[in-house]
Amino acid sequence: MIWLVLGIVVLMLVAAVAVLLFENLLAATAAASVVSLGVALLFVLLQAPDVAMTEAAVGAGLSSLILALGLYRLGLWRLDNPEAHGAERGGDNA
Amino acid sequence: MVRNVGVTMRNLASALFVAGLAFLLLVLTGAFEFGAPPMRVGQAILGVAPSEVGAANLVTSVVLAYRGFDTLGELSILFAAATAGGFVLGRHQVRRRGGEAGFILRTGADLLFPLLLVVGLYIVLHGHLTPGGGFQGGVILATAFFLPVLARPSSPLDHGWLSLVEGLAGAGFIAIGILALYRGGEFLQPFLDKGQLGSLLSAGTLPVLYLAVGLKVGAELAGLLARLAEPGESAGEGAA
Repeated sequence: MIWLVLGIVVLMLVAAVAVLLFENLLAATAAASVVSLGVALLFVLLQAPDVAMTEAAVGAGLSSLILALGLYRLGLWRLDNPEAHGAERGGDNA
Repeated sequence: MVRNVGVTMRNLASALFVAGLAFLLLVLTGAFEFGAPPMRVGQAILGVAPSEVGAANLVTSVVLAYRGFDTLGELSILFAAATAGGFVLGRHQVRRRGGEAGFILRTGADLLFPLLLVVGLYIVLHGHLTPGGGFQGGVILATAFFLPVLARPSSPLDHGWLSLVEGLAGAGFIAIGILALYRGGEFLQPFLDKGQLGSLLSAGTLPVLYLAVGLKVGAELAGLLARLAEPGESAGEGAA
């Protein structure tokens, strides 16, 4: 049990640091949702399924969707490295 | 020179922020012993909730029966946030984006839409029996209705309908609360038959309240997501 929790916490920490380090903002958004997913798993282990569902639906799903759509509105939605293509707009074939 | 000052100010602001956070955490850990004073209201609610409210899910009986007014506050905050978001993102433009998404997204959306709809409605309607409820199910409903927007950008969501559903659901929530007042209880106090603990039609007005919450949250968030996905001024060819 404690090792499972430790693994989830380490995964969350790695994802949280990755959010800061990723150049690609879309990848950073995905990493942020991994943190939320870890929190949701911890809530399940703490036997709080109601809170876990809220965290999974809002934290991992909706808020990362809103962040990604914000990137799309701001023209920062890029699937590849920022240096490779300057003005390419993705999302049409995603 | 000016730039240097700006960088220094930003570092200073960050340092102040971190110091404030550390101070707050220190106060929290220093002034309060963990787990003390014991919260007795939780034990009291655990004892009487199943017979008093009739909901198998204790969380729901707290959220909608004992703390129903807080839930109304939560709904109003969400409403204010969604309204502000819609205000910033601008009015609904009738401009249509041509073309459709790729095959995988279209087929995936067609496959997932009914499944998400069923799961969302299940979670909303079983909020008083199993974990989940109006907020969680509402978010799932919102994503269900957002998927077709992603798959077929040429046929956007009808914001008029969404506003109608949202307004009716919010008004219904308050109307049930006022009806409870009219019947001589407190605002939002559950009435109707409690039924048998654990059956679908039980817990009085709680399922109806959660249905209203689910519809309101779903319509609100679907509208917000659809507005975000609509091409803005920078992406389109300018305002008509």
